[in-house]
Amino acid sequence: MSVTHLSASPRSRAHTASGISVRGVSHTYGARTAGGMLALDGIDLEIADGEFHCLLGPSGCGKSTLLYLIGGFIPVQAGVIATSAGPVTSPGPDRSIVFQNFALFPWKTVKDNVLYGLKKAGFNAAEREQRARHYIDMVHLTGFENAYPSQLSGGMQQRAAIARTLAVDPGILLMDEPFGALDAQTRRVMQEELRAIWRDSRKTVVFVTHDVQEAVFLADRISIMSARPGRIQHVIDVDLPKDRGEEILENREFIRLSEQIWRLVREQAVAATRGAH
Amino acid sequence: MSDILAGGRTGPPLAYAIVNTAVRFSPLLLLALGWEFLGLTGLVSQQMLPGLGEIADAFSSMLFGGELLYNTARSISRAAAGLGGAVVVGVLLGLLMAQFRPVRLLFNPIVQIFYPMPKSALIPVVMIWLGLGDSSKILLIFLGCLLPVVVGTYNGARGVNPFLLWSAASLGASRVDVLREVVLRAAMPDILNGCRTALAFSFILMVSSEFVIATDGVGFMISSLGDGGQYPAMFAAIFFVAGIGFAADRLYAMFARRALRWREA
Repeated sequence: MSVTHLSASPRSRAHTASGISVRGVSHTYGARTAGGMLALDGIDLEIADGEFHCLLGPSGCGKSTLLYLIGGFIPVQAGVIATSAGPVTSPGPDRSIVFQNFALFPWKTVKDNVLYGLKKAGFNAAEREQRARHYIDMVHLTGFENAYPSQLSGGMQQRAAIARTLAVDPGILLMDEPFGALDAQTRRVMQEELRAIWRDSRKTVVFVTHDVQEAVFLADRISIMSARPGRIQHVIDVDLPKDRGEEILENREFIRLSEQIWRLVREQAVAATRGAH
Repeated sequence: MSDILAGGRTGPPLAYAIVNTAVRFSPLLLLALGWEFLGLTGLVSQQMLPGLGEIADAFSSMLFGGELLYNTARSISRAAAGLGGAVVVGVLLGLLMAQFRPVRLLFNPIVQIFYPMPKSALIPVVMIWLGLGDSSKILLIFLGCLLPVVVGTYNGARGVNPFLLWSAASLGASRVDVLREVVLRAAMPDILNGCRTALAFSFILMVSSEFVIATDGVGFMISSLGDGGQYPAMFAAIFFVAGIGFAADRLYAMFARRALRWREA
């Protein structure tokens, strides 16, 4: 009977996908000192279960801060952030993150990096091996299991970091300009792969970027943020086919959206430069 | 240079390596020649600077007499006890200082005041406290070695890339896990550097404390041979302890290199 199969794995460790609700969130850096800097101002955002959502805006608009708040890395000062598991108060493997600078453990090999979260999740040795192999294969790093991060190119390090994060099967995947440090070609390939991984795994993804094309290529919806203090200026639906490859770059709707969004972002970028003077 | 390309050693051939090492240590040969020359010219009395042959003779008779090895073993056991304690306590204290503000506020001024102080100034103090036995020397070596380890660990742990801590937390690591598995590991290069300084200090304090408060050990041997006018034997003991210190440092460097292999690319 299937019951015996179920009992072989006593509890499901997969985190179910979840929406994210951000209500009235503001954040001030250096709040305890007189010269505090308001980074986020009254953010309201509802991200649906299984949605691919991009936060787009000029540098310093607070988009990474918003991502770190959702991740639970910095405490929420004002407002509420909640997932289906309740209000966010600390980091957890249900909301795992990929950083721009990869943040692989440099003293661990690729495989040991991937195994780290699997050990924390309580998988047994055989399951850990199998899952590590699966995700390393998924990001095309088979053959590099025993390499240290310092021996890999930037693109390979980022793929290892993605495998490490996906292996713990977070319901919510947070990505902080993960392809920002990669060359244009690697970047394009990684975008296509991420889109395919997301399509197959149905996770909720929050992806921070300042690259308009990247946002349009990847997202279901895009939040355009204003220059400091960060506010959500526009939320744009991206009405493009689910399967997106190289050919989408020539799609009329893709070009139209990219141009429209570029104009909106440009306004913010100009405002940011003026604000800096 | 990388060890990762196992088997495919692309370094220079052995003969070249030997010549290279010989050239690197040739200044030592010059020093030895100068030593002999000074003695021969009579500028310095043969008593003060005995010939290297005489020193070698004294060395072999002390070695085969067993006294040299016995005293060395006594000294090294004290140094190891003090250093070992300093590494354990130092790493722990450094980590706690880096992680917890109250611990930092309490210990930071103490560390800063005592760090530059020459620890040999404490020799009379530990003698009054603990007498002439092993414990006074072990305590002195412990105190002298503690601060480099604390400072190394503290700096290493404070300098950990915060994204590594966040990554670990978002992969399900608890706060204790993060401290043990990330902070400690990321701080390892600095910890190992601190321990290397501590290793050198342990030799210095071992010998200098034995000059003053001991009835055995290499330091005691050197000072009593000197007092007795047995200069060749005294120099033999000095060179021997210098050689051991050098070997210990080399071994340690090899160990540290292995432990930090992940940094090489």
